[in-house]
Amino acid sequence: MNVTIYAATTTRILRQLRADHRTVAMLVLVPSLLMTLLYFIYRNVPAPPVGPSLFDRIAITMLGILPFVVMFLVTSIAMQRERSSGTLERLLTTPLAKFDLLAGYGSAFSLAAAVQAGLACLITFGFLGLTAAGSVAWVIFIAVLDAVLGVSLGLLCSAFARTEFQAVQFMPVLVIPQLLLCGLLVPRDQLPVVLQWISNVLPLSYAVEALQQVAAHPGVTAVMARDLIVVAGFVFVGLWLAAATLRRRTP
Amino acid sequence: MDTSTPAVDIRNLNVRRGPHRALEDVTVTIPRGSVTGLLGPSGCGKTTLMRCIVGTQIIESGTVTVLDRPAGEASLRRRVGYVTQDPSVYPDLTVAKNVAYFAALYGRSGAVVDETIAAVGLSSHSKQLAGNLSGGQLGRVSLACALVGDPELLVLDEPTVGLDPVLRVELWDHFHMLADRGVTLLISSHVMDEADRCAQLLLLREGRLLGKLTPGDLREQTGESRLEDAFLRLIRTREGAQS
Repeated sequence: MNVTIYAATTTRILRQLRADHRTVAMLVLVPSLLMTLLYFIYRNVPAPPVGPSLFDRIAITMLGILPFVVMFLVTSIAMQRERSSGTLERLLTTPLAKFDLLAGYGSAFSLAAAVQAGLACLITFGFLGLTAAGSVAWVIFIAVLDAVLGVSLGLLCSAFARTEFQAVQFMPVLVIPQLLLCGLLVPRDQLPVVLQWISNVLPLSYAVEALQQVAAHPGVTAVMARDLIVVAGFVFVGLWLAAATLRRRTP
Repeated sequence: MDTSTPAVDIRNLNVRRGPHRALEDVTVTIPRGSVTGLLGPSGCGKTTLMRCIVGTQIIESGTVTVLDRPAGEASLRRRVGYVTQDPSVYPDLTVAKNVAYFAALYGRSGAVVDETIAAVGLSSHSKQLAGNLSGGQLGRVSLACALVGDPELLVLDEPTVGLDPVLRVELWDHFHMLADRGVTLLISSHVMDEADRCAQLLLLREGRLLGKLTPGDLREQTGESRLEDAFLRLIRTREGAQS
């Protein structure tokens, strides 16, 4: 790993992102607009007799899920482009280390995710009346970690896609099952046992549980700490496997 | 710089790509500080041979030694520059930002970026997005991204395709200037009139090396004055000798 190369790579990826104004606008604004939509969807739903309102329960989860989904898609396409345009092969003939490139992608998109999550949290907590027992800073932190998880899995998946069409198809294969099983639709302990097992090995389940812990508890709980370590573990394993898929020599 | 050993030393190189043999028992050396042309029809294995030298090709057997190190070794990555046939640069960045990025990868920065852009004749386009340039201009951006690393060995896959004659001459002058400074250049081409600008030629056909000789030798051996005809005659005599 070389700091100059890593920094140059991060800057280069951010420049490419910034050059695409429409993508920047959508990246920053769409999650906030979706949270606003969610607010109006649940506006007339009567509050349950106990526990948080339906909007509160779903909104805090969505604040973590949206950055994950968006960054997964953006990263897998960006990396697929890097592969198909020949720039990846070229980069691997230069002094750039594989991890410089992966860390560059991770850092650049995490920065974009931080802006995205910051604005979404500002809107949701400030204007849409979401409340949480814990700190909003933790919500932003977990949202960014979820985005990094999306980047990590996106980098890995791009290795298995030969075209951009295939890269997009990894979303229904890998992201939507996680959405269905993460506890958003049905609390995880009410799932059939087999589905609970599957849910237990999916990273998004832990990300969502961590957000639910922030919603319910004012301080850092042991469960939340464990969840964050698990998500970070998935990030590192994903990056490590992604590095293994970057081959300097090809047939 | 050590000039006693060749820049590239290839021995009994065999490469398989899928079912067919891409290179068959190639043994050749490339001297330092010279321009070597790699000639042959499309699909004859020029790109595969270049990928072997750069170290991106999985080889079946044989050895490839580059600047006294095994091809593809980590230390060679800052000493060898490679320009692929299709321009591999970032279309959504400007010319200057593309070149500056590759400069950073090679640990260089500052005036060298502008100098390199000037060397490929793109100074007036340096603030333009690479994606808005013509094919020939894009190829020159790709070339600049390798030149900016100031490599000891430059491997260029068809760098002059789609260039107008004036620019082509200017680039060849630049290549010779680099060779005079001690840089080794291996340049593939299927345009025979470029062969005359090379110190020696490697003639490749169907994965086999037909010969390594100077343009003068090629003419003398075949009795043809045009290199195009000389190459054809060489193929016919070698194939006639085999059958």
